[in-house]
Amino acid sequence: MAEQTAIRAAKLPSRIPTKLWVGAAIVGALVILAAVAPVIAPYPYDGMSILVRLKPPSLVHWFGTDDYGRDVLSRTLYGAHLSLLMGFLATAISVATGVPLGLVAGYGRGRIDEWLMRAMDVLMSFPPIMLGLLVLAVTQPALWKTIIAVGIVYVPGVVRLTRSVTLNLVHEEFIQAAHARGERMSYILSAEILPNAWPPIMVEASLRVTFAILLGAALSFLGMGAQPPSSDWGLMIAEARPFIDRAPWIALAPGAAMCITVIGINLLGDGLREALDPRLQRSRAG
Amino acid sequence: MISYVIRRLFAIMVTLVVMSVLIFAVTQVLPGNVAYVIAGQFATPDVVAAIEQKLGLNDPFYVQYWRWASGILVGNLGHSIVMDRPVAPLIADALTASAALAVASFVCVTIFGIALGVIAAVRQNRPVDQAISIFTYLGVSVPEFFWGIVLIIVFARYLGWLPTGGAGDSSAGLAAWASHLVLPTATLTFTLIAHVSRLTRSSMIETLRSQYVRNARAKGLPERVLVVRHALPNALLPTITVLAIDVGWLIGGIVVVEAVFAYPGLGRLLVFSIERHDLPLIQGTILIVAAIYCFANLTADLLYAYFNPKIRYGSANG
Repeated sequence: MAEQTAIRAAKLPSRIPTKLWVGAAIVGALVILAAVAPVIAPYPYDGMSILVRLKPPSLVHWFGTDDYGRDVLSRTLYGAHLSLLMGFLATAISVATGVPLGLVAGYGRGRIDEWLMRAMDVLMSFPPIMLGLLVLAVTQPALWKTIIAVGIVYVPGVVRLTRSVTLNLVHEEFIQAAHARGERMSYILSAEILPNAWPPIMVEASLRVTFAILLGAALSFLGMGAQPPSSDWGLMIAEARPFIDRAPWIALAPGAAMCITVIGINLLGDGLREALDPRLQRSRAG
Repeated sequence: MISYVIRRLFAIMVTLVVMSVLIFAVTQVLPGNVAYVIAGQFATPDVVAAIEQKLGLNDPFYVQYWRWASGILVGNLGHSIVMDRPVAPLIADALTASAALAVASFVCVTIFGIALGVIAAVRQNRPVDQAISIFTYLGVSVPEFFWGIVLIIVFARYLGWLPTGGAGDSSAGLAAWASHLVLPTATLTFTLIAHVSRLTRSSMIETLRSQYVRNARAKGLPERVLVVRHALPNALLPTITVLAIDVGWLIGGIVVVEAVFAYPGLGRLLVFSIERHDLPLIQGTILIVAAIYCFANLTADLLYAYFNPKIRYGSANG
């Protein structure tokens, strides 16, 4: 137990990197905006009005209106909801599935490891978007299916990472000690290995969130994700395409929002990595 | 080396067989039943049953799978339901178009990515470095379909320099053909370049700090020769790996970019086939793309092994 604390203490950052707090501030602001979207959005996201079709940005409609006369600002705000949901839920799915598999593979070794890793190799042999499309090809598209599909796409990466972290930890003394005490495998995995494996998994997961958001948006853009009249950013951009020369603001608002979101989460992930990876800290100092 | 290649080829074969079973199994449960797609929405049950009988859709799974898989071995990928044409030539045409786009983008990503990375490393922490860093950050942070649309607005609609989409007719000449490639290639390059340039930058910085480069500098070698002839070849090793990873991104990006620019490649064919529930076309396209992906990864691994003799033997699990 003392060993464990020592290892964790060694990984605490000496100071919080700039990237981390800037990223955290952006993501925090987005989460709040997404959460209060129904309250602060000036119009409902699907409120149509034929009289104000394709209006440029004005005081009444800050980001203009789309071809159905829907308020682009309100739709973009509601879209934050969907995008963040997509990113975090899909990542949660891949972590929830991948971490246990990776722990078992890395700790159990032998045949189970062999089979699991071969299965992951097959999954990884599909280009990510293909796997998503394959899953979505078989059913009517819906947002929750896209979330699950995107989650599945990133499972192999999480499994591989968790496995390699576990492999490194298995030979640590405190694991050997727990083993010698006769602890059960489930205890060793969940109480001894997992707490020490978290930092790299968290970094990986935070970077995955942006992949998940971008992949989810791409699938929605292709018509395989969120369905109209939903205000998913990918879908909004797809719907804005025919009006692009007359009303570019319909595409620009969700595009810019996505840009800010991804940059924020990337900064957060990079910052986390800098804070948690002692090697990087040294090289920064030196 | 040869045994490593043979082992890898064998692994790919096994993977492709497993994949083909997976693709077939998944698509076979498609709710929009094939017979209904052919007969139309208002078909009577008799008609549907007759079509199912004719296509052997009532046979056991393994019989149907074998019919499909044995066809692939002789180059027959089945018959497209919606297009009413064999799948193989449809895929071949689309593949040619996609390959042109992929090769153009890959070449651009490699050249510009490495060049930007080297410039950023040499001018580390100066304004040029920061400008490159912001530029590439923007590229990865925004989905390719958004940049595609922005490029269309600026260069096709507003400036009118380039076509908004589609593919050039081969009869219209090389210039027309190439002009259709410019915007899709630029979009893909922009979204992919960050990986390459960032990695080249960091490994280049590390190499420039190394002892042998310092020695060379102390000998009085001109900075240009030092960077290009001495440091760069050694710094490129990680770049090769990331280029290999980029092949996967490229394939994903191509699907989306082809949709944006209405470019008649594999990606658009796949999206089309999914929208229309054209099962044989879905199965064939996904299998071919996955196979290409496997071989692209193998090529990348071999290139990496070639440049880095340390890993040439042993690592079978790639």
